[in-house]
Amino acid sequence: MDSRPGDPIDGVPDYVTRRSTGFYRALNPATKLAVAALEVVAVFIVPGWPGPGAVFVALAVTALASRTTRALILIGLAASPLVISIMVVNLFLVPGAADPIFRLGPLAPTVTGLGVGLLTSARLLVFSSAVALAYVTTPVDDLLADMSRRGLGRRGVFVVGAAVQMVPRTLERAGEIMDAQRARGMDTEGHIWRRARGLVPLAGPMVFGALTEVEERTMALEARAFTAPGRQTLLRVPADTGLDRLLRWLAALALVAIVALRVSGRIG
Amino acid sequence: MSLELASIRYRYAGTSAVALGPLDLVIEPGRVVGVAGANESGKTTLCLVAAGMAPGVVGGRLEGRVTVDGVAAAGLRPDEMAQLCGLLFQRAAMQLTHTTATVFEEVAFGPCNLGLATGEVVARVRWALDAVGVGELAPRDPTRLSGGQGQLVALAAVLALRPKYLILDEPTSELDPAGTQLVADALVRAARETGVGILLVEHKTDVLARIADEAIVLERGTVALHGPAAGVLADPRLAELGVEPPARDRLERDAWAAGIEWSDRLAEAIR
Repeated sequence: MDSRPGDPIDGVPDYVTRRSTGFYRALNPATKLAVAALEVVAVFIVPGWPGPGAVFVALAVTALASRTTRALILIGLAASPLVISIMVVNLFLVPGAADPIFRLGPLAPTVTGLGVGLLTSARLLVFSSAVALAYVTTPVDDLLADMSRRGLGRRGVFVVGAAVQMVPRTLERAGEIMDAQRARGMDTEGHIWRRARGLVPLAGPMVFGALTEVEERTMALEARAFTAPGRQTLLRVPADTGLDRLLRWLAALALVAIVALRVSGRIG
Repeated sequence: MSLELASIRYRYAGTSAVALGPLDLVIEPGRVVGVAGANESGKTTLCLVAAGMAPGVVGGRLEGRVTVDGVAAAGLRPDEMAQLCGLLFQRAAMQLTHTTATVFEEVAFGPCNLGLATGEVVARVRWALDAVGVGELAPRDPTRLSGGQGQLVALAAVLALRPKYLILDEPTSELDPAGTQLVADALVRAARETGVGILLVEHKTDVLARIADEAIVLERGTVALHGPAAGVLADPRLAELGVEPPARDRLERDAWAAGIEWSDRLAEAIR
């Protein structure tokens, strides 16, 4: 590959070499992954509220500036069943907690449990938001092109790409199967028990369909010279500026510093 | 120069039954060989064997020889075989990578895998898209195409590897009449403009009647009928072999049965 990152490549149409623009979105995918990694480590390694608190502030500012607030809120809502279960389990079942808020027969939610539940939930939400921010601000093909440029093999790149695209593809397929089951008289609307029963005929075709697709997809890839030796040609290479490199170095240094402080006992 | 299957007998892994064969077949450059047959007659297996996928990728046991322009397919790597024999499956959705943002990049996936120079990749993509008449789709999202468009893009993606032979396994089976027409037109154009030899498995015998030079009908893995397409598709034994004759032949037969004199003028008017 003769071109430098971000340069247009002769003959390749603009809609292929397009560059992501806008605050945060224009950063190199590796930079966004490095920042996300730092945020995840900070959330879980820094004890108490300062970790998730600081990362939350950083994420909120970035989301507002990159206009991704709505997407992050939706992802937060999607995590709400998990958050609720974390809260319930911790409220009632934290070992050794002896500070009940009130008693209702055998049930006694505790202040300690409330604190642990809130902190765990906050960590989960901030962690998922950090990953989600990198996801929603990075086109998948930018990520894959950058990984290829950095020398990740084509199998690795394809696996990452397929994994990232799996969620929308699975949802699409679930919709098709659901429509087919409805057309055959399966009632999938209404009461929650009725909806739950509707999942049974959905799960079978989803799982077995995915398994039988593997061989066909393997052949389809072979038919397109996927296993050819040598390096792939890259039609687009995401920009990698001085700012990107600076941010990656800062993220790496901050990450090492946080781990070192935690291990040495300076924090927590 | 031909894609030649000689004394073929193929068994899938774990079975003792012969899925295909004994069978001999030659596909010459620039010619379209149509294949019809009832379900489980061996059509897809024929495609897999001809394209080197069986036993190369799916396993099983192959007797006989598949040669491409005199070179034994058994000695070729999958990527080498892909550049000689392009394989197109029934479902476009299965052939697209779902990792590209535009049709242009989707079609470029194969040439990029070969590590070709950027200019060569671009030239091949433009040529392949034009060859099947979908150049205007290049900037589109490949996951947001109609069935017919998706199949044409998948065909262009195979053509971009510049194969000498195309193996097409029921490429119109999921398409409506308009989509079928699109793909059939594209195949005619591809055969004419690229000179590739085409092995076309197709249930829709109207498509075969339109574009195939010769045709074979498979029955339990063996060739039951073989000859010029017009003759094979007019053969009265087609129905017994589980193949619906082309609409024109059915009409002609029904017309004669009803005492209506059939003429080319009448056929043209109905068409």
